[in-house]
Amino acid sequence: MSTTTVAHHDEHTDHPTGIMRWLTTTNHKDIGTMYLTFSLIMFLVGGSMILGIRAELFQPGLQLIKPDFFNQLIGVHALIMIFAALMPAATGFANWMLPLQIGAPDMALPRLNNWGFWLLPPSAILLTLPFTLALFGIGDGALATGWTFYPPLSIQGGIGVDFAIFAVHLLGISSVLGSINIIVTLFNMRAPGMTLMKMPMFAWGWLITAFLLIATIPVLAGAVTMLLTDRHFGTHFFDAAGGGDPIMFQHLFWFFGHPEVYILLLPVWGFIPQILQTFSRKPMYGYKAQVYSLWAIGAMSVVVWAHHFFTAGMPVPALLYFMYSTMAISLPLAVLFFCWIKTMWRGSMSFETPMLFTVGWIILFGIGGLTGLVLADVAADAQYHNSYFVVAHFHYTLFAGGIMGIMAGVYYWLPKMTGHMYNEKLGQLHFWLTAISFNLTFIPQFFLGLAGMPRRIPDYALQFAEFNMISSMAAFVLGLSQLIFVYNIISTVKGGKKATSQVWEGAEGLEWTLPSPPPYHSFTEQPIIK
Amino acid sequence: MLKQAMKKIGFGLLLLLTAPQVLAEIRWNFPEPVTPMALDTLHVHNKFMLIVAVIFVVVLAIMIYSLIKHRKSVGHQAVVDKAPSTATEIFWTLIPFVILLVIDFVIMGIPAYHSVVMMEDTKNESDMMIKITGSQWRWQYEYIGNTDKGNQNGLVDAKGIKFTSTLSTPQDQVNGTVPPVDDPKSPYLLDVDNRLVLPVGAKVRILMTSTDVLHNWWVPQFGSSRVAVPGFIRETWVQVDKAGTYRGQCKELCGKGHGYMPVVVDALPKAEYAAWVDLKQKEINAQAAGADKEWSKDELIAQGKAVYDKNCAVCHQVSGAGLPPAFPALTGSKIATSPIFDASGKYLPDSHLDRVLNGIRVMPAWKALLNDTEIAAVITYERNALGNSVGDVLQPAQVKAARQ
Repeated sequence: MSTTTVAHHDEHTDHPTGIMRWLTTTNHKDIGTMYLTFSLIMFLVGGSMILGIRAELFQPGLQLIKPDFFNQLIGVHALIMIFAALMPAATGFANWMLPLQIGAPDMALPRLNNWGFWLLPPSAILLTLPFTLALFGIGDGALATGWTFYPPLSIQGGIGVDFAIFAVHLLGISSVLGSINIIVTLFNMRAPGMTLMKMPMFAWGWLITAFLLIATIPVLAGAVTMLLTDRHFGTHFFDAAGGGDPIMFQHLFWFFGHPEVYILLLPVWGFIPQILQTFSRKPMYGYKAQVYSLWAIGAMSVVVWAHHFFTAGMPVPALLYFMYSTMAISLPLAVLFFCWIKTMWRGSMSFETPMLFTVGWIILFGIGGLTGLVLADVAADAQYHNSYFVVAHFHYTLFAGGIMGIMAGVYYWLPKMTGHMYNEKLGQLHFWLTAISFNLTFIPQFFLGLAGMPRRIPDYALQFAEFNMISSMAAFVLGLSQLIFVYNIISTVKGGKKATSQVWEGAEGLEWTLPSPPPYHSFTEQPIIK
Repeated sequence: MLKQAMKKIGFGLLLLLTAPQVLAEIRWNFPEPVTPMALDTLHVHNKFMLIVAVIFVVVLAIMIYSLIKHRKSVGHQAVVDKAPSTATEIFWTLIPFVILLVIDFVIMGIPAYHSVVMMEDTKNESDMMIKITGSQWRWQYEYIGNTDKGNQNGLVDAKGIKFTSTLSTPQDQVNGTVPPVDDPKSPYLLDVDNRLVLPVGAKVRILMTSTDVLHNWWVPQFGSSRVAVPGFIRETWVQVDKAGTYRGQCKELCGKGHGYMPVVVDALPKAEYAAWVDLKQKEINAQAAGADKEWSKDELIAQGKAVYDKNCAVCHQVSGAGLPPAFPALTGSKIATSPIFDASGKYLPDSHLDRVLNGIRVMPAWKALLNDTEIAAVITYERNALGNSVGDVLQPAQVKAARQ
């Protein structure tokens, strides 16, 4: 009955078609689709940049890439992956799924939503344009300071730094707009009867993310603006000669930068338990404990920032404080791990692609988390810091913990969004290739770091040759495997076996009560939660 | 090219297959520690790694058990989790919390505390002080002198010795025009012209700063790493307990030469250290004398070429063609061909000498890095070689005067 009503309404849907549909849309599903598409494209762009780096690092000696171009690639790779691939993917899911999960017809602020998305393409262009300009002899290429913008190197840098600063401004505005929209939606548009403590976990993950974004993005915007005025208007915020301090920038940057890690991960921690309960056919364990842990992690994430630069020099009490507070994050995180595993425990599990990615995600993110615990130790950090050990560590948290989580979400919700089942065999192949080549890429980097190879160097001593070669070969397998992912998504969008409303046998929640794909305007009749 | 690449890939695959044989040569952990700090770090690291490995294996084992036993395909039915009694819940919540608290703040926390305190104690019991200055892309070492304790221990005072340490791997290998050469005496990218020399067993307090951007002085076998911040002094310390040569690298991204500013330290027994100090001090006296004597044009050009290739060619290229727009050409450049001094003998602003002494933007201020003779030589070389032929000669005495 409700299905026919919805279909009836859908016939009356009146919206422009073709390109104008996408430019002017205020529909949460359309905007979500655009976010996800943008994210996928930028994931491939950022990925190809790093394959250039890995090709150069395949063997010692400079072969392909000059050192200054090398420095540009590493920084832009990171900015693209963080701001243009991971964050938009999470926002895309939020747009698509939050209204469906809480029984709302759309996001609370649809026009703002449209604006938030359309800030992204210009900022991606700003980030990458200096590469093209340099080909025409304008400027000397993109930002070459690494994604962290540390002055005085960034004050010395060329126009690439200015472009990146404005790109970060736009991305920041986009994130803050998106966050406001999500907070307003979650607080005002939940279906009757859905109290906060009945909200789906994904909504909780995003709510905390949104608060973190609003708290920290302005700090980043302020820091890069100070950098801009230092570069062009003679201020001395970060110049000791004028009474400033270069290390102050690091404090400001990481006050944003550390919560940013959780901004990238909290949405994933939100939907991972939902995937687990679906494929374990058993309600998630410890809902309240998980919610409290998410809050605890969100709160702690803003008070541990200085562990990113222990070697910059700090008084002993500060070192001890940041070391112990960082270690303390392991407590709520352990609660989450416990709940995830307990959700699987004595369930009735099946291993379709989303579940494979989720299980792989738990193991690999576990490695990222545990190495993070070790990194908190100030003395050992003197060795790990800025070595390949750290590179491996944060790829375990951000590639495994971030991107592989997002992939689990894509396979989980793709049938709901498109109405078609993806190719299960290809999905599983994609998982195994990704998981194996990911480990072969980054496990050698742990050992490279321990042996003493610094990060961000375009060429290295001969003793590091073997591990770099293995890492480079695996990185290319990892990169090429993602083409399977792209192919699978495109062919699922085009057609395939029809998906049912519930899609997965064990799926529960409001989004699974709608047909697949859901009508353009969903929940025209408000569902009631008992 | 392709054939070579195929061979490399084949070699890599072979490496994977024959891994056990190769493993013996590959380093799996920190290199051998030679300072108390590095030894401590290695112990802490091993202990922590063991702890996290145990946690990982235990949790993974539980999970894998569940993945095998609790699957639908073997007919396992999902069980409904029942809410435990309050007492049981509190018990099962407290136990893991206590275990984690103990791991974090006792088993890991206490040794970590002692390491931090030890690492930051740069002043007590130190025998001598040196100052390390990072510049794009070289290290400058200056011996500040002994402490009272150092003098009591009979350590030779190296006060006043000061030199710059630059990558000595040939530029054609660095640029990739020829493949890297495997030379154990001078490892590729890890060797310098002037090594820092330290006495074995002495606690050396290190003051660190920078003239341009952030750098980080790091020798893995010392376990100490500290960022050099322009305009600020940062501190660390080393006490090398074993004679030998130790190599490390800058580990803070500092521009295009970041991968090319290695740290090399020779730790010498006390007697050999004393001989080195003596030799170095004689050299300094000779140089001071050299600055006052009148040099011939050919002498200056010959020495200037050596200085140029080592310090300037990275950016301005061996040929003087530069890498525009970031690094301008010297061949035919206005600065390198216009007069240095005005009629009264004062050097002009934006003249060749001004630029080399004081730098501008990315160009370092060389007055802190090169001595009078070196600056006079390199300027004379740049004006009379690299396709330029101004014909004039700059004497070290004039540079010395210009510094005042």
